[in-house]
Amino acid sequence: MTTTADVRGMTRRQLLSRASAAGASLVVGAGFVAAPDAAWAYETAHLKPETFATLVRMARDIYPHDRIPDAHYVIAVKGHDSAEAAPAIEAGIAGLDAAAQARGFPGYLDTGWERDRVDILRGIEDSAFFQTIRGGLVTGLYNQKAVWPIFGYEGESYSQGGYIERGFNDIDWL
Amino acid sequence: MAASFDLTDDSVVVIIGTGAGGGVLANELAQKGVRVVALEAGGRYLPEDYVNDEWESFGQLAWLDPRTTSGDWRVAKDFSGLPAWIVKAVGGTTTHWAGASLRFQAHEWKAATTYGAVEGANLLDWPIDAAEMEPWYDLAEKKLGVTRTNGIAGLPGNNNYLLFEKGAKALGYTEVHTGRMAINSAEYDGRSFCHQTGFCFQGCKWGAKWSAAYTDIPRGEATGNLEVRERAHAARILHDDAGKVTGVEYFDRDGTLQFQRARIVCVAGNSFESPRLLLNSASSMFPDGLANSSGQVGRNYMRHMTGSVYATFDKPVRMWRGTTMAGIISDEARHDPSRGFVGGYEMETLALGIPFMAAFLDPGAWGREFTTALDAYEYMAGMWLVGEDMPQESNRVTLNAEVKDQWGLPVANVHFDDHPNDIAMRNHAYRQGRAVYEAVGATRTFPTPPYPSTHNLGTNRMSERPEDGVVNRWGQSHDIANLFVSDGSQFTTGAAENPTLTIVALAIRQADHIAREMAAQTL
Repeated sequence: MTTTADVRGMTRRQLLSRASAAGASLVVGAGFVAAPDAAWAYETAHLKPETFATLVRMARDIYPHDRIPDAHYVIAVKGHDSAEAAPAIEAGIAGLDAAAQARGFPGYLDTGWERDRVDILRGIEDSAFFQTIRGGLVTGLYNQKAVWPIFGYEGESYSQGGYIERGFNDIDWL
Repeated sequence: MAASFDLTDDSVVVIIGTGAGGGVLANELAQKGVRVVALEAGGRYLPEDYVNDEWESFGQLAWLDPRTTSGDWRVAKDFSGLPAWIVKAVGGTTTHWAGASLRFQAHEWKAATTYGAVEGANLLDWPIDAAEMEPWYDLAEKKLGVTRTNGIAGLPGNNNYLLFEKGAKALGYTEVHTGRMAINSAEYDGRSFCHQTGFCFQGCKWGAKWSAAYTDIPRGEATGNLEVRERAHAARILHDDAGKVTGVEYFDRDGTLQFQRARIVCVAGNSFESPRLLLNSASSMFPDGLANSSGQVGRNYMRHMTGSVYATFDKPVRMWRGTTMAGIISDEARHDPSRGFVGGYEMETLALGIPFMAAFLDPGAWGREFTTALDAYEYMAGMWLVGEDMPQESNRVTLNAEVKDQWGLPVANVHFDDHPNDIAMRNHAYRQGRAVYEAVGATRTFPTPPYPSTHNLGTNRMSERPEDGVVNRWGQSHDIANLFVSDGSQFTTGAAENPTLTIVALAIRQADHIAREMAAQTL
């Protein structure tokens, strides 16, 4: 069993040597999904690694923010990697792959262009599976404090005395 | 020293709910020497407890007990179990409110007369008017320390306001300022001044915004005449064979059913819980629920015509910095049917943090059309649109026998369909909001649908005649002399303005009436 500790810090070459598949920007190995540069790795608990990688890709395609690294999408969807949720997620991702295959792609993760993947998602957007994933992302992604600075959002200011002396009215271009 | 009254003490006034209506009423009565037991379903949170994090605060303060929804409003689809964004805590939604404190315009007390017949609308004049309410508004403004009244300076404008003001003036609007706000521009009544921290909706950690939680409630308790029972969920109001109410059954913090006897019962649980309680109190004598001989309990639910306009610019705005809602354009609040609708609306600055913006900007939306808007969050400005919506008999709170809460009580189902007048007004407001921002160079604008409602009004409305409504000019039920309604559910019509100041003014007035009638032994 590969642990995330084993994966983290590997060179790209070492990582790829452990991988069973490398789709899109994600590396999928035995029991794990990782960034191609091994900047992060996630050890799946209940989902197949390929399923989890597809889920991460799907999450980015639903709420694409080009300046948010994959690691935050991993955090946003890892709540689905539970014993309770796994059967429905496996079934949902299988359906997503089938939808991709119906359009002539090998599977969702291997559908190379975002435009094609978005077309596939449009076809299932009314499904309970899609809405579960999308709904979970609204808090799972945007409520991560670590992504707030990417949007310029500063979060709480009380600890710094508010903005009364820190730019509440500093707009200078009107 | 907070009082402690015996369950069998039938000399007390029992108030259900401690928000803008119940909390103020409790204190005002206590100040007059009337002994009060206030039952509050939520716990007690004070400024040091408030959390400046949108979702965490929501989990702390929001009323999350189950409710259901129906109707054509988008809330029923996007937030089906959450028709309202209101608070379950001592002080009620005065912890969450933005602080906007506006008087009704004189004609808004007389909507039926002023607007004439509007098809599908159940319009009715209030049995009271602007002249009668003026002294009570005076007292309410002093209590809340409303800016731009009584010589209190307005708040300084933040970035979101400065941009809004420039756009408004470019359009020719003249009634534009930083609002009449129950948020201190300077220290007032022992409370600090606004530090432009944002997070007004999450409870003001400075105490600069008036909230009953840390003003009226502790002051009432200090008289020795008020006992606030926290985590006490009212289940049923009981009555005797003569048809007078005798007290309130409630689940205490341990889930044990208790019965507090009462001389008078005042219901102030907001426009969902108040009618729900009256309906859940049905008996053989009152099979349709208490105070419901008119059949109007639960009907005429109003939530204001609301919506928001957000806009992005090519330079930063940082709208979240500073007071959440200190900015208003009142030019459209007039009644001017030439615009294609009756009644009017206010435009008020509003900012959400990124977590709530993601949830509310366009619920259910996904893909790059949506995410590019959030990518421009730092360059975004926002306003809220709030106007008078039409009372409709079919917009109503009913009991949902299929769904029970944690106490086994049927929950409230909230049914709402927009009236054509609401839609016409909203579309006008969207266009004007967009024009304000385009006048200052907006690169993109967004019409945002109504959020789960914070202004919930009208489900126990006030009427001159018993057949038209639930309560009389004092908020006293037409059917049962010692049963009062003390919250926004008594609103006959909603007016364009944020309702809290009017709820507070009515509560002060009602306290005066109840104390006088008790002294005269007529209650």
